Amino acid sequence: MTTILLIEQVLNGLQFGVMLFLMAAGLTLIFGVMGLINLAHGSLYMIGAFAAAAVAAWTGNFLLALMASLIVAAIAGAIIELTVIRRLYDRDHLDQVLATFALILIFSEATRWVFGSFPLFLNIPDALKGTIILPGGIEYSLYRLTIILIGLAVAVGLFLLISKTRVGMRIRAGENDREMIGALGVDISVLYTMVFALGAALAGLSGALVGAIQSVEVGMGEPVLILAFVVIVIGGIGSIKGALAGAILVGLTDTLGRTMLPVIFGTFMEASSATTVGSALASMLIYILMAGVLLFKPTGLFGKA
Amino acid sequence: MIRERYLNMMVLALLVLVPAYAVLMDEPFTITLATRAVIFALAGVGLNLALGQGGLVSFGHAAYFGMGGYAMGILASHAQNYEPLMEVPFVIEGTNSMPVIWLVAIVASALLALLIGALSLRTTGVYFIMVTLAFGQMFYYFTISWPAYGGEDGLSIYVRNQFPGLNTLDPIQFYGICFVLLLAVLYGVNRLNKSPFGLALNGAHQNEERALTVGINVYRLRLVAFVISGAITGLAGALFADLNRFVSPTMFSWGVSGEIMIFIILGGVARLFGPVVGAAVYIMLEHFLGGLSEYWFIYLGVILLFVVLFAKGGIIGGLSKKETRHAG
Repeated sequence: MTTILLIEQVLNGLQFGVMLFLMAAGLTLIFGVMGLINLAHGSLYMIGAFAAAAVAAWTGNFLLALMASLIVAAIAGAIIELTVIRRLYDRDHLDQVLATFALILIFSEATRWVFGSFPLFLNIPDALKGTIILPGGIEYSLYRLTIILIGLAVAVGLFLLISKTRVGMRIRAGENDREMIGALGVDISVLYTMVFALGAALAGLSGALVGAIQSVEVGMGEPVLILAFVVIVIGGIGSIKGALAGAILVGLTDTLGRTMLPVIFGTFMEASSATTVGSALASMLIYILMAGVLLFKPTGLFGKA
Repeated sequence: MIRERYLNMMVLALLVLVPAYAVLMDEPFTITLATRAVIFALAGVGLNLALGQGGLVSFGHAAYFGMGGYAMGILASHAQNYEPLMEVPFVIEGTNSMPVIWLVAIVASALLALLIGALSLRTTGVYFIMVTLAFGQMFYYFTISWPAYGGEDGLSIYVRNQFPGLNTLDPIQFYGICFVLLLAVLYGVNRLNKSPFGLALNGAHQNEERALTVGINVYRLRLVAFVISGAITGLAGALFADLNRFVSPTMFSWGVSGEIMIFIILGGVARLFGPVVGAAVYIMLEHFLGGLSEYWFIYLGVILLFVVLFAKGGIIGGLSKKETRHAG
């Protein structure tokens, strides 16, 4: 395997990781502040992708499509927070899992009803098509590079929002002591709705960005949701830093495992069975990584003990 | 308002009467529906031991359901092609004998539950839910990418497996096998719940510190419960595969884990017959709502949401007088 191919795969892993971070950040924020496990986060990802595909088909403008994914997902998030989710904060995790599972069923079928079963396509805008030559002579897809940059920009923005602004201060206070900041006069229910809508918007953006590489279809959110869970378990629940580290780790492990393992097995096995064993093992690699982290740090890399 | 005990009797009576009626009216499809309900109920009874009694919210029971299914699929496909399963160091032949397949399914899913449980039980709460979900999904992707047994397309078995003295292809006889197994497991689980083991498990669910203080090894207790729970669900998986004569990675998918959970919540958490009622109602909803609309999952979602938000205790909780409390 050449160095150039390896670097390309590292970049692909980074791009995958950054997308996972957008999902995981919302999940971990919602869990950290409200103590809620939200399975419907994958549906918000799907809603973002569908909103973007619909707006792109209508206006032909990719930037508008991205805005639509943010806004529509945030609105959908706010609506389910106001109607369903807020009844669940005091419930046990089983109720939260089942109620948000019910939301998945409703969202998925409703989307199928509106848009049909066939996948939609969201095209990469002309300005971002093609490849770019990186220093060192590496040719790489401009769009994927843009995704990495957007993801990193969102990560920085999120860190600044949480560590420097008044809203961020309230979010951190909410993580520490919900009753106390309520008593200090912060309207906790508005804060909850805002945090939920913020998480939803990030999921929607992620869905729209990935939707341009893959197809936009019903059920696209759940595989990503489960990967985001793996990310959170590895990084530690409630920690944005952990979500970023976990996401990059999972993205790199998965992408590199898929390209490298068949090659590695090929050095001491015959080619066809090396591909089989290598790719089967690669599909399990991130879960093995998760199991390893659980053995040594059951609360995740950045989790509080 | 009726006593839960009588309600359970009525459920059992229905499970006998409905298929009997279907035989008289010559409606084999109804028997197949009832068989599905009984098999799903069995899977739910397995999960209910961990989830209801033990408070272990496993979102990955599809792993054991699928494991049981593939135990059946692999053994039967080898028997069907007359290929031994392995030849070195000794020959293991495939089989189409149901009792042997059940045994293998139970042992295989128990071992899997031991492995997953040993890792997952190091965590609690939300971590536990996510970790079990992730491990379940791991097998889904593994079966998709492993081509030896059909990969993504799954594995078809052309003849239903044999049970000594019965014609398993006759729907009512296969139903009888599943029903008797469900009864046996319900009896066993009921005994288990009332045994010192079951009481300790429930006690650790209600108050872990107190259980630890009186010297109960909570981790080991939960692990044993988790293994038994996985084994029961694995048995259900083997029956389900035999009903369809088909196994595919879908049996491992996280949606199946969710469905098994739905049976329990619809019927009533931690109630012996909760999963039985839940599975029966689920099958009826699927049949009737599915006939009304292609998008019946929307209705299912709304019903589920309603039950979770407003009707804790499920159907049995709503109908029966005595409230068996389960801790939150």
